[in-house]
Amino acid sequence: MLAFVLALVIGALLIVFTTESVTSTLSYFFSKPGDFFSAAWSAVSDAYVAMFRGAVINDRGWDFRTVFTPLTETMTVATPLIIAALGVAVAFRAGLFNIGAQGQVILGATFAGYIGFTWHLPVVVHVLVALVGGLLGGAIWASIAGVLRARTGAHEVIVTIMLNYVALYLLAYLLTTRFFTQSGSNQPKSPAVGPNANLPLLLGDHFRLNAGFLVAILAAVFVWWLMTRSTWGFRFRAVGSNPNASRNAGIGVATTFIAVMAVSGALAGLAGAVQVLGTEKSLTGGIAGSLGFDAITVALLGRSKPLGIFFAGLLYAALDVGGRSMEAATGTPIDLVLVIQSLVVLFIAAPPLVRAIFRLPAPRPDAKGARA
Amino acid sequence: MSTSKSFMKLGALAVAGALALAACGQAPGDDKGTSTGGASASNFKACMVSDSGGFNDKSFNESGYDGLKKAESELGIQTATAESTKESDFAPNISNMEQQNCNLIITVGFLLATATGDAAKTHTDTKFAIVDSTAQDANGKEITLDNVKPISFDTAQAAYLAGYLAAGMTKTGTVATYGGIQIPTVTIFMDGFAEGVAQYNSDNSKSVKVLGWDVKKQNGSFTGDFEDQSKGQQLTQTFIDQGADIILPVAGPVGAGTLAAAKDANSDGKNVSVIWVDSDGAVANPDSASIILSSVVKEIGAAVEDVIKTTKDGSFSNDPYVGTLENKGVGLAPFHDFDSKVPQDLKDKITQLQQDIISGKIKVESPSSPK
Repeated sequence: MLAFVLALVIGALLIVFTTESVTSTLSYFFSKPGDFFSAAWSAVSDAYVAMFRGAVINDRGWDFRTVFTPLTETMTVATPLIIAALGVAVAFRAGLFNIGAQGQVILGATFAGYIGFTWHLPVVVHVLVALVGGLLGGAIWASIAGVLRARTGAHEVIVTIMLNYVALYLLAYLLTTRFFTQSGSNQPKSPAVGPNANLPLLLGDHFRLNAGFLVAILAAVFVWWLMTRSTWGFRFRAVGSNPNASRNAGIGVATTFIAVMAVSGALAGLAGAVQVLGTEKSLTGGIAGSLGFDAITVALLGRSKPLGIFFAGLLYAALDVGGRSMEAATGTPIDLVLVIQSLVVLFIAAPPLVRAIFRLPAPRPDAKGARA
Repeated sequence: MSTSKSFMKLGALAVAGALALAACGQAPGDDKGTSTGGASASNFKACMVSDSGGFNDKSFNESGYDGLKKAESELGIQTATAESTKESDFAPNISNMEQQNCNLIITVGFLLATATGDAAKTHTDTKFAIVDSTAQDANGKEITLDNVKPISFDTAQAAYLAGYLAAGMTKTGTVATYGGIQIPTVTIFMDGFAEGVAQYNSDNSKSVKVLGWDVKKQNGSFTGDFEDQSKGQQLTQTFIDQGADIILPVAGPVGAGTLAAAKDANSDGKNVSVIWVDSDGAVANPDSASIILSSVVKEIGAAVEDVIKTTKDGSFSNDPYVGTLENKGVGLAPFHDFDSKVPQDLKDKITQLQQDIISGKIKVESPSSPK
């Protein structure tokens, strides 16, 4: 909690010293200090109120729609983040650094999108098939790295990073072909996915929140079950803590690597599928945005635990959504918003730093994951 | 711990001292009141959403933003902006602008076409304008809506003149062009450029080659983004190695890489020049004015300002604005440093071509031209 406050305080200072109405009062600070403080206070409070209104609850109106739009917006943005971060976390727990979530998201989105706008299947079936397509797309892409690691020892960090580029340009190429643009326009953009392939909206037309959020919850439960209750999960964790010991204990380390990457990639691919079928509707070159990289942050922030990731994803999305509303309402530049976001993540991810600043005692070894 | 503490105190003292010195000015009188906007302050609010390039891209987002800021200071209107960092930001950014009660929302770039179309359908009382595109439905089909004004530019016309100029100026008989990403608003420059060169060749029975773009196949060289200047530099180097001496980079800020590569080549005794795009390059990059032959200018800022003004005056219409040579929405920039080097008959010929395009005698057609 202190981490959050600290980030907001630093953010406030940044806002104060970059807002023109405030800095202009500084030049006569001694003759009229009140001006400075009132200008600073209003700049900061406007910005943070806008952020809160944008991300959580909008108290400017009393109808259901106005009040809850921000919250549902946060949940919508969090959906693919949570799913992709779960994928990254599975790999982390097994000692693999899957930096390729970005590429797997792209492949998942491509598969799901293609199934979505070319096939015509009945209601329910279509969206499920498209989601499975996304799972497969991501799984296949990540398995390449898994197989290379298992067979040749090629490091998965390098391979997945490079595969990110391959995926990005593969999609860019596909979007210039007639298979993908179809409509005959020469813009690199696919048609919208069919109506049956859309993830249904949960709260009606006025909200973007869709069934993808339920998929995210299911994915979190699945990862919890996989990692703590299943034999495979035990193998993943065993290999993660000591591959040599695992090998001696009779665990096939090579197959485990491949399986880990496949599961990790499948989740990332699912995130891409949810993005296409839920919010974006059609495939474009930038469909993945920075999802794959944000997912790594969210996974670390959530300490690779499903519940932690769920809330980390929501927090990250709230900062994202709130930040944009802050920019729109008060003109705080988006770069500053990104700095504040990053500060929150930095302070939360580095509890010892926060403890040092506030001179808190180090937690006893058994108190785990102290959030300062 | 104590040393670090005293350091912090020292630092704080220094900062406080500096602030105190800076803070000795006079307070403005209380009678001044609110000076921002003054009496002419208007309730009209114009808003802008960028595409993922951001407002400081030295290219079309920035041009649009400059137009907005100019309108703000000249018309005394209120403004709000939202910068997109990724494509999934588009729809939320537009809806944020709606919540700010904007009268006119300007979206920059064709990537926002669908998001703009969707928003315009649900918010029929808000006016929209979209730069470089028309509104689109979810399938990417162009749609016409009562409250959306498309702002597009037939840059092929101006690029055609640039192609003719380049073909007339090359010493090696080879010119080159490349783009950032293969999208219509980029390839339209390349189409016009190549057509202009072809026209020169048939007028003078020459065979000036164009590297980097094939009009028939609609296929050519692209760096892949609008950010990485080193890729522009490498690509330009390759073109120069293949004998090109005039380069047209259609890649926004990536073009700076071309300027660097051209300077490198010139210091090795070559004679390479560059044709800039979007803004007048010799003005935007004064330190490179000596190698910028001319620029294919696209007056986005002026168009944005104009739309804001007419909307504020209550005469918004959804008729598309198409920038052409005729309405000076596009054009060839002055030659600046090259003025004395361009032969007079070539200048006359280009002026003549410009007249012919305006009168419709010559039709410059690109698959990407605004319809």
